[in-house]
Amino acid sequence: MASLSMKSVRKSYGAVEVIKGVDLDIADGEFVVFVGPSGCGKSTLLRMVAGLEEITAGTMEIGGRVVNDLEPKDRGIAMVFQSYALYPHKTVYDNMAFGLHIAKAPRAEVDAKVRKAAEILKLEPYLDRLPKQLSGGQRQRVAIGRAIVRNPEVFLFDEPLSNLDAALRVNTRAEIAKLHRDLGATMIYVTHDQVEAMTLADKIVVLEGGYAQQIGTPMELYHTPANLFVAGFIGSPKMNYIEVTVAGVSTDGVKVAAPDIGEALLPIDPGKAAVGDRATLGIRPEDMRHGKTDGITVSGNVELVERLGHETLVEITTTNGLDLKGIIDGTTLISLGDTTDLSFAAASCHLFDSAGKAFTRREVPEVVRARRGT
Amino acid sequence: MPSRTPETRATSLFMRYAILVLVALIFVFPLVFMLVSSLKPSMQLLSDTSSIRAFLPVGDISLDNYTASFARAPVALFIFNSIFVTSVTVVLNLVICSMAGFSFAFLDWKGKDVMLSIVIATLIVPLETIAIPLLLVVNNLPWIGADGIEWGWLNSYRVQIVPFLSDALTVFLFVQYFRDLPRDLIEAARIDGASWFQIYAKVIMPISGPVIATAAILRFLAMYNQYLWPLMVTQSEQYRPVMVGLQYFFQLNTDWGQVMAYLSMITVPVLAFYLALQRAFITSIASTGIKG
Ligand SMILES: Nc1ncnc2c1ncn2[C@@H]1O[C@H](COP(=O)(O)OP(=O)(O)OP(=O)(O)O)[C@@H](O)[C@H]1O
Ligand SMILES: [Mg+2]
Repeated sequence: MASLSMKSVRKSYGAVEVIKGVDLDIADGEFVVFVGPSGCGKSTLLRMVAGLEEITAGTMEIGGRVVNDLEPKDRGIAMVFQSYALYPHKTVYDNMAFGLHIAKAPRAEVDAKVRKAAEILKLEPYLDRLPKQLSGGQRQRVAIGRAIVRNPEVFLFDEPLSNLDAALRVNTRAEIAKLHRDLGATMIYVTHDQVEAMTLADKIVVLEGGYAQQIGTPMELYHTPANLFVAGFIGSPKMNYIEVTVAGVSTDGVKVAAPDIGEALLPIDPGKAAVGDRATLGIRPEDMRHGKTDGITVSGNVELVERLGHETLVEITTTNGLDLKGIIDGTTLISLGDTTDLSFAAASCHLFDSAGKAFTRREVPEVVRARRGT
Repeated sequence: MPSRTPETRATSLFMRYAILVLVALIFVFPLVFMLVSSLKPSMQLLSDTSSIRAFLPVGDISLDNYTASFARAPVALFIFNSIFVTSVTVVLNLVICSMAGFSFAFLDWKGKDVMLSIVIATLIVPLETIAIPLLLVVNNLPWIGADGIEWGWLNSYRVQIVPFLSDALTVFLFVQYFRDLPRDLIEAARIDGASWFQIYAKVIMPISGPVIATAAILRFLAMYNQYLWPLMVTQSEQYRPVMVGLQYFFQLNTDWGQVMAYLSMITVPVLAFYLALQRAFITSIASTGIKG
């Protein structure tokens, strides 16, 4: 078991810098998820941990040991690839045993380890099969088995579930979570699926533009995003943005004004905000209510109604051309073309300065301090 | 689209088979002619060529031509020489060229791209252009044999083998095939702790059946059909291959029956080799495929 630490790690391909300096500390046994839009360098960063990509600058430590120049096999890692990368000509057994054979482990030990992994992953009936004779989910488990057998200090997963269908993905996700509990190993997991990130992670690293935009627990990212990018990236549907001007700054918070909402006092630390500054108010669709129930009300024309049963997604456009999405009760009667009100509490609001950086919220739900599984 | 009646479907099937059969016959007739003719005396062979009898084993049929060709030339020795030189060359060539291909496809080293272009550029240089300089080179090479060091490689097996241990086409075939393999596989093997050689031997080569079979067939044919080079470098009968041996049948009086008998005998190994590999070729294609 091992901790992992990156200090201003960078990666360039020729003149193109893909990772522009990432600092990250991962505690022993932690489950860390890298998320970010396609092409942001998630895989690259993971492969730098694995030793498959050279580290251009900075230091990478695993278990207190600098691994920059170590071969992948000497780093105490194991990796599960998106394509599974099973050896097509080897049986399931030999796929899992290959690394141990290479390391010249005694036959009995190899056998014990492979059978143990097969038992954990319920692969025992398939040990003699070739990969092509397995379903996608079974191949996935063999790939995980191959990693387990190596008994690594750090497990690396690169989008391991993206080739599975939806139902299997949910199952395998749960299995990976269980595996993490049982093995207690450090795991780094790359995905672009928010649900995977939110459910699996102790800590999420949001990567974008070559930087870690924010590192925090899933609830921290959701309730206290550090900037507009993270606010928009975490949560689905995306957070609504309303352009506002700072109308007043006091010990009670920040008073903002915009044509659609009038003036509103938000329980937010003013920081360096000054009257007249431009800012962006963020409000999540799920924090919206139908009607004038909460503090701030916006009315507009209903442009979209999507009924999901337990909830309904509506989109309204105000007379000023502002689009807002809201998730409201599934039994609400509402139809396209209606003029309707959506409202939200001042305490639910996020506020970002003109550079996109978040102001500190004063009223944050208790759950932000929750850890995974508690 | 109007649905087709069973009759038109049967007709089109018949047409397709007819065309296939015709094509097959075009390819098979020369072989049949060769085999059938090898059983006939020369006089009959020549008079038969004007009719369908050329393809039928009729008239005065015997194995006399085979007996006669053995008397005329050391046929068994030639066949042995050819098979020996060809198989040793093909096996070593495949090992060397696949390793070169592996290095070009997977390893990082300075000047790799330039080197590969040079190798591929040699594809356009035919053997005939370099035969004379090559002869001068091999004529002056040392060899450490049973009785100490000797100079000059003429009249030996090695002179027919060593110059063909690598060739651009085979390297190119391997590079192309390897480049299309998923890189994940190699990375997985690296994480499993395999050395480059182990990755080559235990991961890549076992899934390279198709390209190995293709390269083997091409190399085998090229080597087995060698004529100019062995003619230049083997003055004594002892090391001569089959194609050079064909000369023995074209002296003074050419007996076409014997020529056909000799050709039949030297064609059989090629066909056997091809059919054997073809099977391996198909099985190996079926067993690859990384994910489905
Ligand atoms: N070998 C390479 N040479 C040059 N650029 C590369 C190379 N490999 C990756 N890149 C670039 O680095 C960036 C990050 O790639 P990476 O594969 O890490 O993205 P990712 O976040 O994993 O994306 P995805 O979600 O699509 O898998 C991309 O813009 C890509 O074009
Ligand atoms: Mg990726």
